[in-house]
Amino acid sequence: MPKTIIDTFSVSRLEILDTEGNADETLLPDLSREDILRLYELLVLSRTFDGRALNLQREGRIGTYPSILGQEAAQVGSAFALEKSDWVFPSFRETGMHITMGYPLDLLFRYWSGDERGLRCPDGLSVLPVSVSVGTHLPHAVGAAMAARYRGDPVAVVAYFGDGATSKGDFHEAFNLAGVFRPPVVFICQNNQWAISVPRSRQTAAATLAQKAFAYGFEGIQVDGNDVFAVYSATRQALERARSGGGPTFIECYTYRISHHTTADDADRYRSSDEVAEWQKKDPIERLRRFLEKRGYWNKEYQQELEKRVREKIDGAVQKAESAAPAERSEIFLTVFESCTPRQKGDLEVTADADV
Amino acid sequence: MPMFNMVQAINLALREEMERDDRIVLLGEDVGKDGGVFRVTDGLLEIFGEQRVVDTPLAESGIVGTAIGMALYGLRPVAEIQFLGFIYPAFDQIFSHASRYRNRTRGRFSCPLVIRTPYGAGIKAPELHEESSEAFFCHMPGIKVVVPSGPYVAKGLLLSALRDPDPVIFLEPTRLYRMIKEEVPEGEYTLPLGKARIAREGNEVTVIAWGSMLERVLKVLAPYDAEIIDLLTLSPFDEETVLRSVRKTGRVVIVHEAPRTCGFGAELAATVAEQAILHLRGPILRVAGPDVPVPLAKLVEHYLPDGAKICAAVDQLLRY
Repeated sequence: MPKTIIDTFSVSRLEILDTEGNADETLLPDLSREDILRLYELLVLSRTFDGRALNLQREGRIGTYPSILGQEAAQVGSAFALEKSDWVFPSFRETGMHITMGYPLDLLFRYWSGDERGLRCPDGLSVLPVSVSVGTHLPHAVGAAMAARYRGDPVAVVAYFGDGATSKGDFHEAFNLAGVFRPPVVFICQNNQWAISVPRSRQTAAATLAQKAFAYGFEGIQVDGNDVFAVYSATRQALERARSGGGPTFIECYTYRISHHTTADDADRYRSSDEVAEWQKKDPIERLRRFLEKRGYWNKEYQQELEKRVREKIDGAVQKAESAAPAERSEIFLTVFESCTPRQKGDLEVTADADV
Repeated sequence: MPMFNMVQAINLALREEMERDDRIVLLGEDVGKDGGVFRVTDGLLEIFGEQRVVDTPLAESGIVGTAIGMALYGLRPVAEIQFLGFIYPAFDQIFSHASRYRNRTRGRFSCPLVIRTPYGAGIKAPELHEESSEAFFCHMPGIKVVVPSGPYVAKGLLLSALRDPDPVIFLEPTRLYRMIKEEVPEGEYTLPLGKARIAREGNEVTVIAWGSMLERVLKVLAPYDAEIIDLLTLSPFDEETVLRSVRKTGRVVIVHEAPRTCGFGAELAATVAEQAILHLRGPILRVAGPDVPVPLAKLVEHYLPDGAKICAAVDQLLRY
């Protein structure tokens, strides 16, 4: 018997907005002028936040911080497609998502300054704490999505992670469970080409990350992660599929980490400045700015006014974060369990005495 | 009142609580159609359907991770890990996530899940099917660890675990699954987590045990005037009951089947030494498994604390 082809697959890549700011009108998502300007503002806000965080770290006012520079479109564009009621399980490099979802900026500054209260997501928003352990939060998204479906809620669940996470066992287990149970979950990979010093080519021999979805029995797509329209479009489509019972989707946002892994890293040790320069030409914000300018939505006065507004917002958040009442020492005991164990109570009394 | 073994008692607890609380969902390998490899979840799929009794792929980390996501969303998942020896891939999920979500979100989200798993030696099973690594989980802040020692307490403790607002590891001693039959009431009764039980009152020596060792201790120490404590919850454990008994008897022997070094007996011994050393009339003794991997069936009885070792420790202490 001859060998027969029993299955084939092909990997799609979605690009809508090129580096010059030209959009493919046939693919352009249905967004109003206000929506597009809102996207632009969120991108600028995210980048400005990021720059301020780096400065604060240098001044010793916050701790180690992972920059999102260059990845703003992948984060803002995807989060912009979400509903407030959707659940998000982020990694530690999704500040643009946090900002887009309306997570308070002062809480973000507080978290990165070492104040754990910054992870207490405000009521009405379901952005789970960042997963510092790489990729291990992906099964949680599957479970939450199964629970949402069991409850009959019109909620979709999104998990964010990087290219490094695709090498982990929990990536496999979560994708496999998602493929089997088909809950309303969307996996969004920020493929920024580097996991600290290890390049994407060392994470997998597969040609794309997107194609991994096919082996688990659901859709995968690669998008230009520096193209906010492509990211938004792909996410919206994935969410529609999720909400209508069509199962999970994997979106690989092909992007680049312009900055170091964190403020504790020196990327010059392992990659060339030429590579970084090439990616800087693909900047996600500049290309949207060009698009806006071509449409007559943008001018210098608008930019200045926007930057001033964004700066003030961030100034306010920094001030709010830094003037927050210091945490009581006793706080470390209070939410490990719903109520303290006898031993915790004993240690709590000793600690509380020291507070006085 | 009906006589039940522990498998039946746990099954009854799950069924009754699932009827009462639609947030409870079971998931694990072979828990549905097969009813679990020990039949603990037998018949539950037929009653509650595939949405609530979920046969999962073979993926321990994924099972616990999925249960965590369900718990965060507001369900009360019960994850079954087929044997404790297979839980290690899920260690990261338990230690890095389940134990921390409440604290990391300052109480905004919590993780009320139960991980049930058969544990312990003495059933002639293959490698990694007879582990007793309970101490690992006792070392994790944010996790409770419960070990029933028979059908009656298994039901009462499981009901409490299912209603607990935080993650609980529920270790079911396989050797006892079908060994003991007891009267187990239908309907509601709970035994509080964190409370030990005086299994037998006595005056000359306190012997602390849990799980399948309790049965052995009760049997071999019948001729002694020993106060036998069934710890039931290892974390957080009932310091008060332990110390009260030790202060009364002045002697303490701890019996567990896990390896001695850093076994839970070490924590008990340290606590007694810290809190009650002036009441002691002799050294705190441990009768534990040696520091070796659990052997297979032909040699396992040399590994487990047996009657001779337990009695020798008690005799040594009484003569001290």
